[in-house]
Amino acid sequence: MKEKFIPLHLMPIGSTGKVRNLLAKDDARRRMLDLGLISDTFVEALRKSPSGDPIAYQIRGAVIALRSEEASNIMVEMV
Amino acid sequence: MGLTQQSTGVAAMKDVFLVKGQGSNDCIIALAGNPNTGKSTVFNSLTGLKQHTGNWPGKTVKNAQGHYAYKDKKYILVDLPGTYSLHANSAEEEVARDFICFGKSKVIVVVVDATCLERNLNLVLQILEITKKVVVCVNLMDEAKKKKINVDLEKLSNLLGVSVIGTNARNGKGLVKLKEVISKVALKKEKDSFNKINYNDSLEKGIEIVEAAVKGRVEDRVNSRWLSLRLLEDNNKIAESFKKHLNINLKENDDLNCRINEAQKYFLENKISQNEIKDNIVTCIIKKAEKIGQEVTTFKNANYNQFDRTIDNILTSKIYGIPIMLAMLGIVFWVTIQGANYPSQLLAKGFFWIEGQLTIFFVSSGLPAWLHGILVLGMYRTVAWVISVMLPPMAIFFPLFTLLEDSGYLPRVAFNLDNYFKKACAHGKQALTMCMGFGCNAAGIISCRIIDSPRERLIAIITNNFVPCNGRFPTLIALASIFIASSMGAWQSVGATLSVLMVIVLGVGITLVVSRILSKTILKGLPSSFTLELPSYRKPQIGRVIVRSIFDRTLFVLARAISVAAPAGMIIWLIANINVGGISVLNHCAGLVDPFAQLFGMDGFILMAFILGLPANEIVIPILIMSYMSTGAMLELGSMDDLRQLFLQNGWSWLTAVCTMLFVLNHFPCATTLLTIRKETQSWKWTAISFIIPTITGIILCFIVAQSVRLLGLI
Repeated sequence: MKEKFIPLHLMPIGSTGKVRNLLAKDDARRRMLDLGLISDTFVEALRKSPSGDPIAYQIRGAVIALRSEEASNIMVEMV
Repeated sequence: MGLTQQSTGVAAMKDVFLVKGQGSNDCIIALAGNPNTGKSTVFNSLTGLKQHTGNWPGKTVKNAQGHYAYKDKKYILVDLPGTYSLHANSAEEEVARDFICFGKSKVIVVVVDATCLERNLNLVLQILEITKKVVVCVNLMDEAKKKKINVDLEKLSNLLGVSVIGTNARNGKGLVKLKEVISKVALKKEKDSFNKINYNDSLEKGIEIVEAAVKGRVEDRVNSRWLSLRLLEDNNKIAESFKKHLNINLKENDDLNCRINEAQKYFLENKISQNEIKDNIVTCIIKKAEKIGQEVTTFKNANYNQFDRTIDNILTSKIYGIPIMLAMLGIVFWVTIQGANYPSQLLAKGFFWIEGQLTIFFVSSGLPAWLHGILVLGMYRTVAWVISVMLPPMAIFFPLFTLLEDSGYLPRVAFNLDNYFKKACAHGKQALTMCMGFGCNAAGIISCRIIDSPRERLIAIITNNFVPCNGRFPTLIALASIFIASSMGAWQSVGATLSVLMVIVLGVGITLVVSRILSKTILKGLPSSFTLELPSYRKPQIGRVIVRSIFDRTLFVLARAISVAAPAGMIIWLIANINVGGISVLNHCAGLVDPFAQLFGMDGFILMAFILGLPANEIVIPILIMSYMSTGAMLELGSMDDLRQLFLQNGWSWLTAVCTMLFVLNHFPCATTLLTIRKETQSWKWTAISFIIPTITGIILCFIVAQSVRLLGLI
């Protein structure tokens, strides 16, 4: 099962994924959760910045840019 | 020891949450909400200009308070920092949470964004766990309507159990109703009843174990269920806040400790980790927000944010993103420099006319010459100089910049550039604080508040001085045109522009390098985080932008500059006019530092001008002219040619000009900026570091350049 999950920053632009697992710990984890990134949340990859990082995501109605370091701790399942 | 309400409650809070100008009958209202919800527009619309800003005691978080009257009663509005949550323990969240918990507010108004309700409800629900004295202000209703998003306010009110008001603060819609509801809720005497969020069974069991003991400890002062949850998730900061604001030491209570241990044993037996408890708390709230959000919002147009996406396709595109950004910033600078020229001259003319009148008055009333010197030639002239050079560019730059800010474009700049800043271990938003620094470093440093990560914010503050401000640009341009580009004939202005551009690029380069070094050395331990919201584009409110940027930024910076320039002007006049052994103190000092200055390609007078120019960079060149011409007061020369001749007579070469330019870019911040750094960081240590780092950088750079040019025999 686990192989189906990919880190969020590798999800292609324009596609949508469902949050499956957060690898971040402590404060960073809390911040991610507070953004609404709890299990089963849909996240759409909107666009990359001109240099490829960070990437903007649509999360619960808001557009949030995350750096690859942070997004790589969010495991998603493509839908 | 009986803990009376007097010693533990209101009185103990008083000094911590100082609310200014409060009479006994005044009603304190707290304004909470996510960033980008128009919270500050609501605040400004309610209070108008009756407001003042400062910092929270001991914190680097901005505290804005204002007041308004409604039906003969005074309401004091406290604008809490914009936060998404009260959980994560950043400085902002702590301030907001503590004020909601321990402040004396009668009502908490939570401003939410109608176009993004679900996400905003997270904070609303968290606040409702603490108190029910809440009014939810659903702002940006017009924008929601435009995007065909419908919010059922009545249903929302029923689901939350508190009053809900729809507003559009930009045009004042709904604000009268908001005031009316606030006054009603403030008068309500009913006890706080808890809007219950149901957690999973094991967590509920944990709450059950500790809640009674919690209640015994804090009585009715704080919601016991809420506090139980915080204790179960092992939130140490909460215990600190209780000690500070209510003088209750939660950790010293045996009964409570015993209960907490019991709950933790229960969790352990059921194999529930500390992380799971925290996750569960957040998840339950977000799920509830999701449910309520879906029940009250209907999207009639599935592609409601198509407009934003289309603009973003252009403004953050791989090809056009950065060129468009450079063009926009270029236009802002060009308009500022061009537009400021004429008003600057006009102001200078006016001020010097007044100076003439003052002189006539001093002479005719027979006052001594030295008094005229100190007050008019020293103090008045310096202040007049600072105002006429500083005011026009700031009055143009800040409104333009605020327009970009208001439209939602600036976060895109941070988005475009973040990767470069990431490599320097800094935050993308530092690009914005640097842009602001071009206008004025003090304003740039204030703008560092937008960086929410503590380490990156300090980096941005300390390095802001590496971008040349409005006060240093004219010096750079003048030196570049008369020394570096003078041999280029028709290409002179191009040459001068290119050299100034090179200085800017160098400044940006140094910023990035120093940022990285700071992050790896003295700032290593500080916490760091990155999330950047890209809010919807909005039509900027031009009138309001102009008023706000003039009051909040321009006049603020100017006032601080004048307060430094006035005493400094007197000192400058004194040391230029007090003679010891036939030579002025200034000349003595210049002679003393001259050998040192020569090492760096400058001379004693240049170094003295920089030192005396501490109050404002604008007066460095006037002081230098004053010293070279051995006059007793600052002055300006009629033409570039005169300036060139004067400098050449005093032994300047192109190397002197290059080293001086390098030192203009890299030296201690002006006094206004230093005071601002002190205020923003609440620390003399960081202020000293901000003074030392650019100065050492400048000394090293100038030394290397001067020595290698001399060694290579280029001069």
